Amino acid sequence: MATERTLQILQISGHVGSVPAAGMQRDLEVCKLVDVTTCIGCKACEVACVEWNKYPFRETTFDNTYQTMPSTEWNYWNLIKFNEHQREDGTLMWLMRKDQCMHCADPGCLRACPADGAIVQYTNGIVDFNQENCIGCQYCVSGCPFNIPKFNASTKTVFKCTLCSDRVGAGLEPACIKACPTGCLHFGTKSEMKELAETRAAQLREQSGFADAGVWDPSSIGGTHVIYVLHDAKHPELYGGLPADPQIPFSYTVWKWLAKPIGLFIALMTLLGVIFHYIVMGPKRPQPEPRQEEL
Amino acid sequence: MMASAEPYDEAVVERDLGGLGRTVVHEGELLRHPTYTRFLHWTVAIFFFAALLSGLAIYAPWSFSWLTPLFGGGQMTRLLHPWFGIAFVVAWFFQFLNWLGIMAWTEADSRWLRGINRYVKNDEKVEPEYVGFFNGGQKLQFWEIAFGGLVLLITGLLMWFPEVSGRIGVAISYPLHDIAALIMLAGIFIHIYLSTIGQPGTLRSMTQGVVTRAWAWTHHPAWYGRVTGRNPREDYDAARRRQAERAREMTSLRREDNRPVTKPEPSKSPD
Repeated sequence: MATERTLQILQISGHVGSVPAAGMQRDLEVCKLVDVTTCIGCKACEVACVEWNKYPFRETTFDNTYQTMPSTEWNYWNLIKFNEHQREDGTLMWLMRKDQCMHCADPGCLRACPADGAIVQYTNGIVDFNQENCIGCQYCVSGCPFNIPKFNASTKTVFKCTLCSDRVGAGLEPACIKACPTGCLHFGTKSEMKELAETRAAQLREQSGFADAGVWDPSSIGGTHVIYVLHDAKHPELYGGLPADPQIPFSYTVWKWLAKPIGLFIALMTLLGVIFHYIVMGPKRPQPEPRQEEL
Repeated sequence: MMASAEPYDEAVVERDLGGLGRTVVHEGELLRHPTYTRFLHWTVAIFFFAALLSGLAIYAPWSFSWLTPLFGGGQMTRLLHPWFGIAFVVAWFFQFLNWLGIMAWTEADSRWLRGINRYVKNDEKVEPEYVGFFNGGQKLQFWEIAFGGLVLLITGLLMWFPEVSGRIGVAISYPLHDIAALIMLAGIFIHIYLSTIGQPGTLRSMTQGVVTRAWAWTHHPAWYGRVTGRNPREDYDAARRRQAERAREMTSLRREDNRPVTKPEPSKSPD
């Protein structure tokens, strides 16, 4: 998945020192826009994803909906989540949301990761896993607010959507975008997509009677590089459990970056303590000590 | 009166590895740790350090990623770390049972702890008469490992099987696992220091299993009293008198010769 040669790196997991070749060239922040109001649930994006990434189509499960499987898998990174939602007036809505990695501006997976270079964030916003550096601890799984990184038990490494970093690095759009037949998926710069999303949300509010229509781009994780237009932006959890206020666990922020080095420092001070005890107080020998003979 | 610590358990001191192993006690020495205890101690120690070093590499890759090649790289370090931990816990469990009786906290240990200041400053030549087989500090170390090990085991299992414990289970376990490990890291520095250069003569008790009588009356007088049936203070004073006597003899010898006895003549090289 690694495309370091074409994409500029912004941050590296578990890395000592600076980011190599930082600021060599400027990149535009990319963004995927998913307009759930025009998704027909055809799953062309699911197929395009497995095809481009050369994974075999895996077995599906049936849970009385049109959802392919309960959640994304290590080799199935893109999944349409279905939800039959009954509105207050009794009418039914069929909510469909394309679920995949959100490519957070502040990625919880990268914060949690202890392996040097296993997770990188590019300046264009893509968060990518390098399996050759992954140690399989699965901290990223608990760091992610969206349950996206998935563990492959046979390789003992974690996989997820790459936002087609290999395609984007070569100037192409992600495979899922290319496959979408309704145009509900858009790809471009973050500012363009944000503008397009706001325009569409305003249209939904003003012309289609969805008073709560809006854009999902959560500020709690610094925004994402996959944004959604929702009919009901006040209840994003209706759309296959999209969190309204995604959070990175406390332990991966305060503990990892602040308390951890301090804790280690305090523990190592004990070593200094015993060394200086020896220097200052000296050893305690069995008594009586042999007399010092004057030679 | 319960001035002295725990009752001395002969059975603990005589435990061996099912007939294997022996401890040779020479004249002037006392049996301190039997083969069984020593075997467990070093098994625990090996897996403790294996878990510690592999864990440090994961805990602080920015300082300790250089440790991963010891275990065959990052992936292997991660793979082995929980198994080292399990081995540590299993070995420690037997040591825990082995020492549980003798490690019970007593009034003597509270007294010792109140006087920890004089212990640290080496104020007294010999320990107070109530200090038994283990002093309060050693018992603290024991219980710190017992509780720390329990926390490490529970949180470690939660982190090992995230599909069972869930996202928040892992996120909570992670700092708790670290805190327990850091406390034990601090403890191990003190433990190693005091059992080697800090108190010479102590390391032998975990290698050959014996200590000298002088070591016993200096560091664990109540234990010395129980195993020898003698008064540690009187024996210490007697030893001092003997030493003073010897010193006087030396001085008189020196006067006769009018030169230091102990200084050898500069030896001529044979060639």
